[in-house]
Amino acid sequence: MKLKSFCRHFLTTVVLATLAAPRVFAQEIDITGTVMGGFPPPVPVSISGFTGEVDSVLKQDLLFMGIVNTTPDKAKYLISGSNAGRVEGRVIDRINKNQLLAKAYTGGTQRGQTHALADDIAQLITRKPGIAQTKISFKVETGGGNSEIYVADYDGVNAKSVTQDRSLVAAPCWSDKSTLYYTSYKLGSPFIFSHQLTTGARKAVASFSGLNSSPAVSPDRSRVAMILSKSGSPDVYVGNPDGSGLKQLTSTREAESSPCWSPDGRTICYVSRDRGPASLYAISASGGSPRRIQTNLAPNPTEPDWSPDGRWIAFTSQVSAGFNICIVPSQGGDAIVLVPGEDPVWAPNSRAVIYCKGRDRSKTLSLLDVPTKQVKTIARISESNSQPSWAR
Amino acid sequence: MKFSRVVNLLAMAAILCASAVGCKNPQRVTPIPKQQAAAPTDRPAGSLGDANPINTVQPTPFDPAGAGVPSTTLPLNTWQAASEQPFRSDTVYFDYDKSTVKPGEVSKIETVANGMKSHAGKALRIEGHCDERGTEEYNRSLGERRAQAVREHLVRLGLDSQLIDTISFGEDKPGEPGHTEAAWSKNRRAEFILLEPPGGSASAK
Repeated sequence: MKLKSFCRHFLTTVVLATLAAPRVFAQEIDITGTVMGGFPPPVPVSISGFTGEVDSVLKQDLLFMGIVNTTPDKAKYLISGSNAGRVEGRVIDRINKNQLLAKAYTGGTQRGQTHALADDIAQLITRKPGIAQTKISFKVETGGGNSEIYVADYDGVNAKSVTQDRSLVAAPCWSDKSTLYYTSYKLGSPFIFSHQLTTGARKAVASFSGLNSSPAVSPDRSRVAMILSKSGSPDVYVGNPDGSGLKQLTSTREAESSPCWSPDGRTICYVSRDRGPASLYAISASGGSPRRIQTNLAPNPTEPDWSPDGRWIAFTSQVSAGFNICIVPSQGGDAIVLVPGEDPVWAPNSRAVIYCKGRDRSKTLSLLDVPTKQVKTIARISESNSQPSWAR
Repeated sequence: MKFSRVVNLLAMAAILCASAVGCKNPQRVTPIPKQQAAAPTDRPAGSLGDANPINTVQPTPFDPAGAGVPSTTLPLNTWQAASEQPFRSDTVYFDYDKSTVKPGEVSKIETVANGMKSHAGKALRIEGHCDERGTEEYNRSLGERRAQAVREHLVRLGLDSQLIDTISFGEDKPGEPGHTEAAWSKNRRAEFILLEPPGGSASAK
């Protein structure tokens, strides 16, 4: 009796002492349930030792790379480290106690060091490319009917304008990591330009009469798909990166929009209203007959974006209540409706998506972990943010 | 009572013991070896990738010379709105998600076609617009198609197609700011802008 009481008391004290250690859980995620669409479920880890911004940035980075913070007893890996001075981190397999990674980061900011650590952890655990050090570009409505192109870290931090034209811009698209393509109305009509960010050089890629819009650089950067209306209606064209060697892929009477590339560069997916309401179509990048991509359960699909792993096409579906972010297998079929929003764009890891949400004139960008539907809204710049593009 | 104090002391001793063991193990505190073969990364151990902000510079003015520039069409994008705008009340309105000109709107296009006869040396810009109930690039294309549908009518009525420019603003320039059908019906439109060459109508030949 006495012994029993002693044991209970002793254990209670130890447990309480352990619990007293401060530990913050950002969100509860069911890590045991199955995940839709055949995506890998989040890998449970236990993160300790970091403080403040480093702690929150690391957890957010990992969340959008399929790694979720939980209690040590449920964790597959133990991530520990510190950020007194430089950021240091290590990863230990909780079961066999093997140390898989141990690194200290120097240079840049602590935030930058944290992103580098997060990428190393993600690559180690998920074998997918890290996204924490990638960039996004997007359109910012700055007031007075003007808009400018911005670039930022993938989480919206370090945002800066790359245009100051006091005109209208549309649909930025990354080529290599220092070149953007976008539409600007600065010369009086919507023309497509390439913009080399490190030199500032801007060249016309397409400046025909009518509409020149929606540039989409192929994954190998050897070609650009775009929408031109020079033949009398907006059609899909493909050309060289400088706009030469144009080939017209569609010739419908109605409007096409938003071309995007399959990762192998062979197929272009786009939107057409040729046969009534908007639908997705796929066409060979070298020309041919278009094939309709079914998006069952998600009407009026627009703004497609093909995942880098080739498996999915993310798009916007319009219903009477508004817009929804959806994904559909790239060959077409039953769509999965994810969250309200517009214009989804895949991260390089084919798992996270960035999209925009909210009413016109006050839209914000948001990150989405597709399998878990976890979202994180990015701080809005100026009046309205939309049309994200992810450097990948 | 006494006994429980002893227990507490024991417990504290146990915790102190555990932390002491932790301190003894230098791996716990400063573990960072120079090289880690287990880390699969392209970057050298511990280095940052391209996490630094992009080093952007002030962009150059847009260089309109490029491979994609047509040499044959009249550069109406450089023409400017004339001081007199006679077609303000002839804006053509469209049904939701449609680019066909409604029969009831045709007379406005006829008015513009007739009116242009008294503006020799000038040109016409048709601005296509959409309501907010579509995605941005979808609307940019739809707005262009609306402007082009009106342009086709004008050409059938005898206007020179080389003197008619089309421009789509999609949903970027709503005429009415509201989020109701009353506002939307005013925003699905094609407006007519009378253009004169750079330097004014005097330079037109």
